Amino acid sequence: MATSPVGVLPPKPVVERDNVVIRFAGDSGDGMQVTGMQFTNESVFAGNEIGTLPDFPAEIRAPTGTLYGVSAFQVNFSSQSVYTPGDDLDALVVMNPAALKTNLADLKQNGLLILDKAEFNEPNLKKAQYAKSPLDDGSLDKYQLYPVEITKMTTLALKDMNLPNRSVMRCRNFFALGVVSWLYNRPIEPTVKWITERFKKNTEVLEANTLALKAGYNLGENTELFASSYDIKPAKIAPGLYRNITGNTATAIGFVAAAKKAGLPLFLGSYPITPASDVLHDLSTLKNFNVYTFQAEDEIAGIGSALGAAFGGSIAITTTSGPGMNLKAETIGLAAVVELPLIITNIQRSGPSTGMPTKPEQSDLLQALYGRHGEAPLPVIAASSPADCFFAAYEAVRIAVKYMTPVILLTDGYLANASEPWLLPSSADLPEVNVEFRTDPQGFFPYLRDEDTLARPWVRPGTPGLEHRVGGLEKDYLTGNISYAPSNHEQMVRVRYRKMAKITQDIPPTKINGPESGKLLIIGWGSTYGSITAAVKGFQEQGKSVSHIHLRHLNPLPADLGDILSRFEKILVPEMNMGQLLRVLRAEYLVDAVGLNKIQGRPFKVSEITARISRMLEE
Amino acid sequence: MATNAAQKLTRKDFVSDQDVRWCPGCGDYSILAQVQKIMPEIGVSRENTVFISGIGCSSRFPYYMNTYGFHTIHGRAPASATGLKVSRPDLSVWVVTGDGDGLSIGGNHLLHALRRNVDLKILLFNNRIYGLTKGQYSPTSELGKVTKSTPAGSADHPVNPLLFALGVDASFIARTIDVEAKHQQDILTRAANHRGAAFVEILQNCNVFNDGAFASLTDRELKSDTQLLLENGKPMIFGKNKDRGIRLRGMSPEVVTLGNGITADDLLVHDENDPVLGFMLSRLAQPAFPMPLGVIRATNKVTFDAAMNSQIQDAMAKSGDGDIDKLLRSGDVWTVQ
Repeated sequence: MATSPVGVLPPKPVVERDNVVIRFAGDSGDGMQVTGMQFTNESVFAGNEIGTLPDFPAEIRAPTGTLYGVSAFQVNFSSQSVYTPGDDLDALVVMNPAALKTNLADLKQNGLLILDKAEFNEPNLKKAQYAKSPLDDGSLDKYQLYPVEITKMTTLALKDMNLPNRSVMRCRNFFALGVVSWLYNRPIEPTVKWITERFKKNTEVLEANTLALKAGYNLGENTELFASSYDIKPAKIAPGLYRNITGNTATAIGFVAAAKKAGLPLFLGSYPITPASDVLHDLSTLKNFNVYTFQAEDEIAGIGSALGAAFGGSIAITTTSGPGMNLKAETIGLAAVVELPLIITNIQRSGPSTGMPTKPEQSDLLQALYGRHGEAPLPVIAASSPADCFFAAYEAVRIAVKYMTPVILLTDGYLANASEPWLLPSSADLPEVNVEFRTDPQGFFPYLRDEDTLARPWVRPGTPGLEHRVGGLEKDYLTGNISYAPSNHEQMVRVRYRKMAKITQDIPPTKINGPESGKLLIIGWGSTYGSITAAVKGFQEQGKSVSHIHLRHLNPLPADLGDILSRFEKILVPEMNMGQLLRVLRAEYLVDAVGLNKIQGRPFKVSEITARISRMLEE
Repeated sequence: MATNAAQKLTRKDFVSDQDVRWCPGCGDYSILAQVQKIMPEIGVSRENTVFISGIGCSSRFPYYMNTYGFHTIHGRAPASATGLKVSRPDLSVWVVTGDGDGLSIGGNHLLHALRRNVDLKILLFNNRIYGLTKGQYSPTSELGKVTKSTPAGSADHPVNPLLFALGVDASFIARTIDVEAKHQQDILTRAANHRGAAFVEILQNCNVFNDGAFASLTDRELKSDTQLLLENGKPMIFGKNKDRGIRLRGMSPEVVTLGNGITADDLLVHDENDPVLGFMLSRLAQPAFPMPLGVIRATNKVTFDAAMNSQIQDAMAKSGDGDIDKLLRSGDVWTVQ
């Protein structure tokens, strides 16, 4: 703990809270992502359950102080179970007027508002389009306002170091973190350790940031700025080894783990695109796992190269986001008819077109299911939380090689960047990924299918006696030679559908959270998992009949799904789109399910789902 | 390679059981025959050879080779071939493409495969027309080409495949022609033996939609005056009586007749390693000049696939073969009791 002059002030009262949601917001150059991540680390060390949500602009360095240059990081930390980054804010820390303007609406009435007073000057107010300062017009009266002199105090704290102003300004975020760390009784050692590690090659920055952090902490401790501090007791967390992980990192290592389990090289062909690029970055550092990462010339070459690698016998991956899926569509169709394993990862973002690249959406489900010309059904798998991306990626590989098919893996920009503590699995506990290349020329045909899976054989070029040709033209049911025979084409289309249906044998019975039948069933998929779980939990604690299932497999759908749907009076499908799963469920099962749809580039708030559930229970 | 070293393969070993479906008289037949002919000579086995193509008449090629083959989608063969070659450096990977497939829809991929110097053998059949879609002009069609889609003549300037390849600094660039069997075999063998991206433009007659596109080059009477057969280190001489040559005047080439004080010593000497000469040669066109055939440029540089694989080997040597449990436990971990 930071040293403080003991006995200067009497100890301040500590107020206990179960749960706090805080957001750090500032200019994109203010280091808010680092601040949020370090606050998260501190909370992890304090033993809380956490959920995080980074929110940054698409502009890399937007003009300072502008509304569109605001970057934010939200942390939900609790002594209870946490499923989401939290709804409305208990506390908001803003580094400038623009950050106040863009974030204030989410702050609860009477919430804590900490702001850097010096930044509320004429030019900054103007850039944030404030006619007059919100500090003076009474508009902040409904909050607990703490105008802290973050800039001035940081400057004072670093005065002896004689740093240029620019360098001093870069330490403001650590001063703010220090203040908030004191306020919520967070240990600052993890942050000191991080700073020491991060800036070990630049001792001046190391020292300045550490000083700023401690000065901020001491400000809380030693001044009458805050009347009390808050404590959030450790949560009851399952014992074991944990790591904080983002969805993109979990996706990357899920692929590596699966390839390693299969004993094959991993090949990623990808073109940089927000929010998918981090998977490429992560995998490019794992070459000693026999990982090839190829930054292709475009999205098409990204998937094309991966398909070439799949033909060669590698575990082949391509990663992208919405617009890239359109470009990859033709090659996905080719992969479907040559029946090679290939994972197409779509880290969905708000569309259409360039849309809102840094904001999540679930609006590519129908594209994943149907977005190809011709009859080209494919397995579609979705991840439900940041850590779950690991298992979803792993499962995608397992299905792809078992059934010899491309698989579409859906995550989204929220899962990609959000993080959660992850109780680490052991590689020994992961399911097998069995790959047996065909080597026997006896009785070989390129499209001779396995009876159980309908998979065709996977042959590595280099295998003598099995030389064969595949391609996009329709092929004979057995020999794979080009065939335009009418009945053969229908047979091939049907067998590709039957193969998808076979995959249901790999889908475990659907887990129902709540009663097996009853009044209301909530069905979700993807990143809505946390919000739905939290909302449903609230009703279940009140003894209400509300159940929740969350689909990992979107195609094929679980075999027991139709039966489950028939056991509920009402079905609600919350989605961050206009009702895409809803449409599928209504079409497949003729059920009168209804949708709850949010298309704002933001995850659902728990309260939004809760409100809808309440209405449906009352109706 | 090792498996079949003992028994010498023949051309027939590389002929697949599929019926060849090009139009009778198509230049592709000759190219297929020459490729099948040189295969036993270049020391690769059937099982270690892969032909990858895009879409178009030329792209049917893999079906006719008794090797591994992948008929992909329009223009994208270099991308799939890159992924295959990088992840399977042990394979001999060939790309078969056409002027539309390789220079129109797939121009981007061709560009990058060549500039990365992926160890691919890329055969571009240039017939200056779209065959499979039945006769539209292509990016190599001459300006003003009247076709089904350009009844008033095409308005776009054609791309010169050799200049394109030079522009992206391809390490091996050559041109040959369908009817010259021996020349083709020599050039294909050179390409096969080159380490790196080997780009071969094969002038190919489409006798249905663009018949006679290279007639002046193939006419028995004319061809010795219209073909400039390049040989590394040799002066550029051509003509029925070997009495004409290319001389440099200032910065410009000119055709001269030997005699009257002009000797072979005055002529340009071909140097496959000289990119400036390569540019000059690639621009020579009829009727003012003979058409250069042969290896325009051959130079050595590190291949992309070798570089990628050595990065992996270096990482393994440095950090050891990756351990999943260690990877899972990397970063900040903590234990909850």
